Amino acid sequence: MTMSRFAQRLSDHGLELTRGVTTTLQVNVGLACDLTCRHCHLGAGPWQTELMTSAVIEDVIACAARIPFACIDITGGAPELLPELPYLLSGLAERAPKLIVRSNLTALSLPGSAALPELYRDLKVSVVASLPAVNASQTESQRGSGAWDTAIRTLQKLNVLGYGLAGSGLELDLVSNPVGAFLPPGQAATEKRFRQELARRHDISFNRLFTFANVPLGRYLEWLESSGNLSVYREKLESCFNPSTLPGLMCRSLISVNWLGIIHDCDFNLAAGLQHGRAPLNISELHEVPSEGTPIPVGDHCFACTAGSGFT
Amino acid sequence: MQTYYDPSDLKKFGEIGKDAPELADKFFDYYGSVFADGALSEREKTLIALAVAHAVQCPYCIDAYTVACLEKGSNLEEMTEALHVVTAIRGGASLVHGVQMRKVAEKLSL
Repeated sequence: MTMSRFAQRLSDHGLELTRGVTTTLQVNVGLACDLTCRHCHLGAGPWQTELMTSAVIEDVIACAARIPFACIDITGGAPELLPELPYLLSGLAERAPKLIVRSNLTALSLPGSAALPELYRDLKVSVVASLPAVNASQTESQRGSGAWDTAIRTLQKLNVLGYGLAGSGLELDLVSNPVGAFLPPGQAATEKRFRQELARRHDISFNRLFTFANVPLGRYLEWLESSGNLSVYREKLESCFNPSTLPGLMCRSLISVNWLGIIHDCDFNLAAGLQHGRAPLNISELHEVPSEGTPIPVGDHCFACTAGSGFT
Repeated sequence: MQTYYDPSDLKKFGEIGKDAPELADKFFDYYGSVFADGALSEREKTLIALAVAHAVQCPYCIDAYTVACLEKGSNLEEMTEALHVVTAIRGGASLVHGVQMRKVAEKLSL
């Protein structure tokens, strides 16, 4: 088997990527999504039918009951499209000090999601929302027509519920991914700018903003190939390899379970089909977190998490 | 087709110091300091650089600072407005010389 360029780079630096202390369980409930974002590493979309079954949901809740995770992080697709999401959240809320739902903001505004914002508030769920830019054209070129106005309205509604407001205890964080084949801007300067612009133009508050590079997998990889940007983007990621990002990479402290119940080391390895361990491990068989020092499978997509200040 | 400008030459900019390294070092040190965060943010400075790149019509600079502006979080509306600022100044610089033209013409005319 040929060694990936990322594995070769680690070897060149005398480094290994191994697990640290696992504190977070990430739960990917499926590929169903109301949007078809062009940077999606999973290829999620409205036609996708993969959703976590009731049996796997029970397995996830049971796992959270027997293993004390500091954080449980629900993602997708759009988690709001999982009909059992209220049940899943209620089952997990008491199991971990921190419960996160990643939202594209538009799915939270669908008629079927009408009760979710209040449920999030009542369960003290932290919301991590995708918002690539502070203007409509960039936001919609990544996320589709109409996404900007809906995202702004949803953020305003979350603010009304107390999300993102000082002292409320209700966290609203934003995630900004670049709208194209280039690297993200610095986090501190971008957070300052988003805070100013969203407050000034839309009266929106939030807690923190994270900027992350897009990972060349799924639909984003297809776009890089079709637009002729793939080789330049890969060169850029590889030239920005920063070995000091390794200790803080999220795959060292997180395990990810997909809608079938199979464990991976992160959502990108899940998208790339790199499972945790030698044989598929089902969450129902997970009785303790992986040991420190367990090797993490890598691929060339890992360069996206080690570029610049990294994806932690 | 061969052209005077080759995009891959941009990566060779550092080689310009080969026969005058001390001067190149001073230039690149200065260059780096100019673009560091200061009273103006790095993002604002790259927008200025993009506009000036169009004024001096440097293809290397336009390429480099288009990417830099995007990577600093600027968007196309802002980048296009920056071009209009430099265009206004370039156009205005021509037009304001009309004052001289008029002064000369008015002196010569009945």
